[in-house]
Amino acid sequence: MARAKAIVITGNGTNCEIEAAHACRLGGFDEAVIAHISDLLSGDLRLDDFHFLNLTGGFLDGDDLGSAKAQANRFTYARVDELNEHLIDQLLRFIGAGKPILGVCNGFQLMVKMGLLPAFDGNHLQQVATLTFNDCGRFQDRWVYLKNNPASPSIFTRGIEKGVYLPIRHGEGKFVVASHEVMERIEAGNLAVFKYSGPDYGEPTMTFPENPNGSDHAIAGICDESGLLMGLMPHPEAFVHRTNHPRWTREELPEEGDGLILFRNAAEYVRTKLL
Amino acid sequence: MARRIEIALKDHIRDPRGERIKREIGHFFHLPVERVRTIDVYTVDAELDDAELQLVAAGPFCDQVIQEWYLDTPAATGFDYLVEVGLRPGVTDNVGRTAREAVEYLIGKQLRAGEGVYTSVQYLLSCKLSLADVESIATGLLCNTLIQRYTILDASAFTANKGMPVFVPKVLGEIKTEVKEIDLEVPDQELMRISKEGVLALTLEEMRIIQAHFRDPQVVMSRQAMGLGHRPTDVELEALAQTWSEHCKHKIFSGTVQYEDEAGNRQEIKSLFKSFIQRTTKDVREKLGDRDFCLSVFKDNAGVIRFNDDWSLVFKVETHNSPSALDPYGGALTGIVGVNRDPFGTGQGAKLIFNTDVFCFADPFYAKPLPSRLLHPRRIYEGVVEGVEHGGNKSGIPTVNGSLVFDERFAGKPLVFCGTAGIMPATINGKPSHEKHIEPGDLIIMTGGRIGKDGIHGATFSSEELNENSPVSAVQIGDPITQKRMFDFLIRARDKGLYNFITDNGAGGLSSSIGEMAGECGGCRMDLAKAPLKYAGLNPWEILISEAQERMSLAVPPAKIGEFSEMARRFGVEVSVLGEFTDSGYFHILYGERTVAYLPVAFMHEGLPPMQLPARWTPPRHEEPCIQIQNDYTDVLAQLLSSLNICSKESVVRRYDHEVQGGSVVKPFTGAANDGPSDAAVVRPILDSFEGVVVAHGICPRYSDIDTYHMTANAVDEALRNYVAVGGSLDMVAGLDNFCWCDPVLSEKTPDGDYKMAQLVRSNQALFDVCMAYNLPLISGKDSMKNDFYDGEVKISIPPTLLFSVIGRIEDARKSVTMDVKRPGDIVYLLGKTGDELGASEYLALKGFVGNHVPQVDTVKAYKRYRAYHEAVAAALVASCHDLSDGGLAVAAAESAFAGNYGMDLDLSRVLWKGDETGRNDVTLLFSESASRHLVTVHPEHCAAFEAIMGGNCFAAIGVVTAGPVLAISGLGGGTVIKASLDTLKDAWQRPLRDL
Repeated sequence: MARAKAIVITGNGTNCEIEAAHACRLGGFDEAVIAHISDLLSGDLRLDDFHFLNLTGGFLDGDDLGSAKAQANRFTYARVDELNEHLIDQLLRFIGAGKPILGVCNGFQLMVKMGLLPAFDGNHLQQVATLTFNDCGRFQDRWVYLKNNPASPSIFTRGIEKGVYLPIRHGEGKFVVASHEVMERIEAGNLAVFKYSGPDYGEPTMTFPENPNGSDHAIAGICDESGLLMGLMPHPEAFVHRTNHPRWTREELPEEGDGLILFRNAAEYVRTKLL
Repeated sequence: MARRIEIALKDHIRDPRGERIKREIGHFFHLPVERVRTIDVYTVDAELDDAELQLVAAGPFCDQVIQEWYLDTPAATGFDYLVEVGLRPGVTDNVGRTAREAVEYLIGKQLRAGEGVYTSVQYLLSCKLSLADVESIATGLLCNTLIQRYTILDASAFTANKGMPVFVPKVLGEIKTEVKEIDLEVPDQELMRISKEGVLALTLEEMRIIQAHFRDPQVVMSRQAMGLGHRPTDVELEALAQTWSEHCKHKIFSGTVQYEDEAGNRQEIKSLFKSFIQRTTKDVREKLGDRDFCLSVFKDNAGVIRFNDDWSLVFKVETHNSPSALDPYGGALTGIVGVNRDPFGTGQGAKLIFNTDVFCFADPFYAKPLPSRLLHPRRIYEGVVEGVEHGGNKSGIPTVNGSLVFDERFAGKPLVFCGTAGIMPATINGKPSHEKHIEPGDLIIMTGGRIGKDGIHGATFSSEELNENSPVSAVQIGDPITQKRMFDFLIRARDKGLYNFITDNGAGGLSSSIGEMAGECGGCRMDLAKAPLKYAGLNPWEILISEAQERMSLAVPPAKIGEFSEMARRFGVEVSVLGEFTDSGYFHILYGERTVAYLPVAFMHEGLPPMQLPARWTPPRHEEPCIQIQNDYTDVLAQLLSSLNICSKESVVRRYDHEVQGGSVVKPFTGAANDGPSDAAVVRPILDSFEGVVVAHGICPRYSDIDTYHMTANAVDEALRNYVAVGGSLDMVAGLDNFCWCDPVLSEKTPDGDYKMAQLVRSNQALFDVCMAYNLPLISGKDSMKNDFYDGEVKISIPPTLLFSVIGRIEDARKSVTMDVKRPGDIVYLLGKTGDELGASEYLALKGFVGNHVPQVDTVKAYKRYRAYHEAVAAALVASCHDLSDGGLAVAAAESAFAGNYGMDLDLSRVLWKGDETGRNDVTLLFSESASRHLVTVHPEHCAAFEAIMGGNCFAAIGVVTAGPVLAISGLGGGTVIKASLDTLKDAWQRPLRDL
């Protein structure tokens, strides 16, 4: 039987690769390979051999030029040693093949800054939004309630009833768009998958700390029109078991954490559509 | 020609960095500023054409959704003053390095040697201030002139100059390879001048030992064969100074102490380290017998213990006090990334799983004058907190445990403790992972960053008090990303068995790391000309002792160097072969063909006779306060909750990623609103297992004002009771001691040195006594013995401080207990007895007293109780547990109640009392800090089982958890002595540091 294979790219400051790979396996992938970017740039590993790409959290290049900026530049310009191509060629081929990509935190920043999200009209290399410094001016590690948009095309969030509770851990998570038109299109296309809300997953909120960074329209995560590319600031891989929850010692919680469903849905998609 | 690219935020985009500066100007200088905006400047010193520069500016340097870029034209408009702050030449420019790489990817080729990108930041101030005011803002807030440079222009000068001129902060030194010989055949006074002016921190006696060594005819002969004269070279003298520094050699802990106690009993102690610390571990291990879990203690960069059959745990805690005093951000950043290298360089190398941080500061709201060289405590607080934030978060290591301790004397030197734990497979390639060996013939390898003038004399400078002339070069800037890359590479090289030995390159630089490695195999031959430099112009001695960051030293077998280097290249990590290890018996250093140092390894490592240290203990007597009995203590409780040592540190803790790596089980904050203070941390390092690692610490420097014996006993007990509270097992728990003392060597500068030395002896005695009783082997530690400030007039010595950290195991992390009360109706138990022990308590501090009745630890009873409690935890009978420490029962009860958002009704008459009844009153019952106590809640249906397990121990049911959000405590007289809403108490607790 064909195996569902996930890849997690690491190197240059990516930090969440182990728990992201763990979440992929728990979610149903047969294999979750942690690939150092040098493995890709040397040609030893190729994105083509995988079904699900994780661009996960960390501080790529120390966020020195702004979060994930240097990696966006590397992805765009770096050549693959053994093959006559750039890394970006592999990435666009991966997208062209209808394979899902999930960007978390620094990975979301990377996707947005490369233009992979929201990627209107399938234009994957034009940046129209960004993630910038939190309004509070500080890095924050805290848990947030994310209201789900059931009308979104995201393949990752299917089956989520009202929302999910996940941690954010970032200094640059404020979602900002280049123009009103961009926001209108995001909203009209139901591309804003998750918005920060109160514990009842009711109305989106602009109030700190429920909205920890002051994101426009309280946006915490978006997807492209195909629903296959999604990015979010909160960390789904950080809540896959009840003991990850900050109140697990006082609340009756299911064994499985809220974040796991994103990886289950990715595995399910790969099994039904790509294998 | 260098070109400037400026990146400005678009007008309508908020500038949080500018807003923060504006707030801080208001706070520090009380100066009105309307607005602060900031601009990022990249100075590109490379042969790029206009098209390439435009691509770089528009691409990697600029986020065009929110920013605009300017090439060769200034971006700044609409300001009154512009302050541009950049790094001084030679200071590590992390952003500049990333920018350079981005340029290289974009143009598809490497920049040439000497080319580079340099960064600076412009602050645009809109204000009606004088130039002098702006100058003080620049030097007092925006720029640390030790490592940074600044330029101020007002709007008209800026217009007249057409912006800021291009400046390239490149180190311009001529290539020199000067090796000086130093004449030691001089009078003693001259020997001391050589030591002092050279920041060698060598005493006269040590200088004389060196003098004698170079007189030895045999030494002279062997040197002649190497082309060296009879005088030591600067390389040799510097190498000896590093190796023999207090920082590296721990001369005080290995010295011979003549101790006299208050009764006049005399005792000679040959090495505190051997007599107490090593002995503790040895004796505990013997006691444990086949239950001993220590794998490697004291001999490596960090201690190693067994976690289970498959994994070993590694833990080390370090301090970085002196650099943090000079440059809080850089010092603390280097502290955390520096201690990361300890577990990483232990055994064959460990993956890092968490950090711990403990900071000791003076009051950030300090409003009295300070000696000139000292930074304001608030600047130290801000800088240290941010440095550790960047170091820990960027490295992807969760910061899971820590605390902030305040005392005015930490204005003299802040204490910055940084700890890191790691995990490694029990065996790697069939060999125990905690062991490593060097073979003669193995190559000397340095990996990671390049060498510059940063951190020269770090080891020796921190072995002296901080003074007016503390050297600028002692400060380094860490770079977590260079280190992370190196670690990614080295872990893979480890698993492939590509090296034989690895160690950290920290204090003392190559001199220490290669010197110690040479000690392992009996010699080395190293060519300093092969070391990669950040810039030309370093003398050989500087190359040898530079503490430039992010470097590891390794021994690689010649057969594996090809594969090792090729893998390094792919990972973007620089590797240099500097020579080889030998069994010649000599630390042999060359520069090219020329020998520049030739020192017998035995002389370097064993040439120093023990220091002679007098110690005399005279117990201090403090005024005994008269306790005022009141009817109501609600206000006192609120004041205590607002005291700096007790109040919430959430604003700091939330800035640290405590959940990365996915194994967080007990987080720093817990409870109904995720804001109650946890006692200890639990993490699962292996995600498909529920075995947990538990880490906790204890620290109580206030008690040193009465007796360091009890300070130490309480610190150890506090660490263990925090550990026990969350469910840590007593069958596998180890301790780490970090001593931070004020100079205890009797001298003209330190006339009370014998008292301070006696304090150190007593602390060691307690460490042994308590650890023996608690079966706590010490697996690693560190001492920092010169935590004083002295400018010739003002002397500030820190209170003697022991940070005691514990690391251990919980069999099933799902059994962990948190401190928040869980449900109304639960029974509240107080484990342990309370006594008349208000000495050096937060309560007396609030009243302006120290007192004398310091808490004393009854280790036998406590240990038995801790064991019984752990059994109750394992049987899942405990709903919540909180340790009692600063502020005593009242504070612990308030914290547990507001964390769980349920009230409590407590009755002080039911609290068990120890000792004389005369001291028993509402104040002592509420606020005494008696050791070894826990406040526990238990569901009523579990009470019988809980009481059965706890049978035979001191514990009492003292109240009940209530649905109403009120803490109510009745006193001995039957009346209510505390009654307050949880909101009021929580607000008092959260308010003081909320906005910092």
